[in-house]
Amino acid sequence: MPFVLAGWLFVVGLYGIVSSRNFIHMVMCMGVLQSSTYVLLLEVGYKAGGTAPIFFDTQPSAKAVDPVVQALTLTDVVVGVTVAALLMALAVQTHKRTGSVDPTDTRIMAG
Amino acid sequence: MHWLVPLPVFVPLTVAATMAAGSFVFGRRVADVLALLTAVATAALCIAILIHVGSGRDVYWFGGWKPVKGVALGISFTVDTFGAGTATLVAVLMVAAFSFSWHFFDETVEHRFTILMLVFLGAMVGFSLSGDLFNMFVFFEVMGVAAYALTGYKVETRAPLQGALNFAISNSVGGYMVLLGIGLVYARTGALNLAQIGRAIGGHGPDGLIIVAFTLIFIGFLVKAAVVPFHFWLADAHAVAPTPVCILFSGVMVELGLYGAARVYWTVFAGPFGAHGDALSHVLLGLGVLTAVLGAVMCFLQQHIKRLLAYSTVSHLGLFLVGFALLDHSALGGVAIYVMTHGAMKGALFIGAGILLHRLGSVDEEALRGRARHMPWTGLLFVFGALALAEVPPFGTGLGADLIEDAGSKAGYHWMPWLFGLVAALTAGAVLRATARVFLGLGPREVSRFSADGESQEEDESETQEDRGRTPKSMFIPAAVLLAACLGLGLVPGLAGRAEHAAVRFQDQHGYAATVLDRAKATTPPAEVSPAKWGGRLYGLGALGGALALAAYALFRNQIPEQVRRAGRALSLGSAFVGLRRIHSGDVSDYIAWLTLGIASVGGLFSLVLR
Repeated sequence: MPFVLAGWLFVVGLYGIVSSRNFIHMVMCMGVLQSSTYVLLLEVGYKAGGTAPIFFDTQPSAKAVDPVVQALTLTDVVVGVTVAALLMALAVQTHKRTGSVDPTDTRIMAG
Repeated sequence: MHWLVPLPVFVPLTVAATMAAGSFVFGRRVADVLALLTAVATAALCIAILIHVGSGRDVYWFGGWKPVKGVALGISFTVDTFGAGTATLVAVLMVAAFSFSWHFFDETVEHRFTILMLVFLGAMVGFSLSGDLFNMFVFFEVMGVAAYALTGYKVETRAPLQGALNFAISNSVGGYMVLLGIGLVYARTGALNLAQIGRAIGGHGPDGLIIVAFTLIFIGFLVKAAVVPFHFWLADAHAVAPTPVCILFSGVMVELGLYGAARVYWTVFAGPFGAHGDALSHVLLGLGVLTAVLGAVMCFLQQHIKRLLAYSTVSHLGLFLVGFALLDHSALGGVAIYVMTHGAMKGALFIGAGILLHRLGSVDEEALRGRARHMPWTGLLFVFGALALAEVPPFGTGLGADLIEDAGSKAGYHWMPWLFGLVAALTAGAVLRATARVFLGLGPREVSRFSADGESQEEDESETQEDRGRTPKSMFIPAAVLLAACLGLGLVPGLAGRAEHAAVRFQDQHGYAATVLDRAKATTPPAEVSPAKWGGRLYGLGALGGALALAAYALFRNQIPEQVRRAGRALSLGSAFVGLRRIHSGDVSDYIAWLTLGIASVGGLFSLVLR
């Protein structure tokens, strides 16, 4: 089921980007698309009944979810934030220069 | 000498961080000197690693976490000849780019340009050397973010903003596809080290999950490699990025996408897909041919010289993909030689375009008509670049093309020399036409067919001031050296054989896994190497003839009798070309729509033929 959810988020994100008429909205859609990777990664490492993988006051043999995918997800969040911040900055600049954030209105190169 | 391996990543990143922290201390020139020295040091380190690796592999485990009983615990850099060679190309082009930018920017250039370039350098080298799938993704993204920021460096103008947004959105979608694929692979194998994943899934045939993971990772990398229909971002980004950045984009960053795809295929997926090699080969050949032809045609239709060169890069990526698609060691050796020489040649041509921008304040063919008559040396640079594009021997590009074509003919694809000839003629013809117009003032006047070209060209002028007296040596010398390298690589005796042996090692999945996981000594499996030959190869000259004919047609077509022209118009190629240009709309939503279509069709094909 979470796999279906991840696939759905990916496709909805793609649809959002394709149909978007606003760069800010588009960056949000990128976020939706990216959250598919979070869901997928966390699902991969999930164990029913597992605790957080912190072996401070539990036995090392205790059942815990996979810490590797959590590290991957964390890295992924950092990457996503960086890209989103950069895109937002570019969108703001575009608005300053052209007064619009519509990708069709603001483009000046083609062909 | 193990300790050498992480240094070419560590050094530029550390210098970048130091520079960012202490930017108020350094003056501009201090930062420039430091950056140039760092790039030179990185290049020296990469060359040292290349020599040290020799005909083997070197594995570096971070923190000393070595594999236990064949299970990788830590994160590795796994270096072979191709990896070290790619890293060397990155560093050498970075030296050229820093040298070029010495006099290129106005005094207003800030540290952030230098810092971003150094981060870009470290990330690209890291991507080349990484032996871990997730680390490849991380370096891929770091490289991407640095590249987006560099594309949009001139945020005061509109065109770079559009280019950077299109580039960033397209490539980020590609990056997330790679990550989804990595998640699926990890779900199956519990491993992130390339060698270990390869061993874990090697024994079985492909199933649904493996095919989906392969499609996601592969297409993710092909977005970076600008393969049709994922190529739209490339021209927008190249047309607006500062010229020193273009040298790296075109010369090596785009190729790294294909390198990533090839690396992952041969270390991980060659096992389960080995039996379906032919089917996979056909799909990739189709994509490659489409990319090569479309890129070459679009290249010929451009007037903006940087955009023209950008489309020629798309076209060459198609040729590289064709070479990769043959899944053969000679072809892959040819691709390696072609990538090296292409990087040098495209670097030199972009520097040529940058010199025009620096001296005359424009890179538009029509705006520059005849204005560069007093710059014969730069003109010569373009002519030699065109010769290299036409794969004329003894330029190394010809040697690479030769190896791929021979392998193709052996596999029964006898049309391959025609494809290479067509691409060579169209791209070299476009460069020759632009050269004749800019440096000699030949050809009929043309209106900009798309007003957008004119606008973006106005904006280019802000990159640097207009009409300078002479070309600084720090610009011309790197271009000349790069062209000489492109020529010289074609003359190195035994280079072809060595590249083919390196390709055999690159493709040797079991050997790779054994070196990484069992600490076995790397060996080169025996393989047939095509005999070295240079004589009797007239086809390069044929392509040059074609290029001259095309350039002449573009320049003198008004002198063709009216009847002939009417017959030509009946073919209605013109409207087809207009349609082709319309497709490249500059609207990122359209690009993502094409990308989605590409994912669906390529993924569909994979799931049909790889079962």
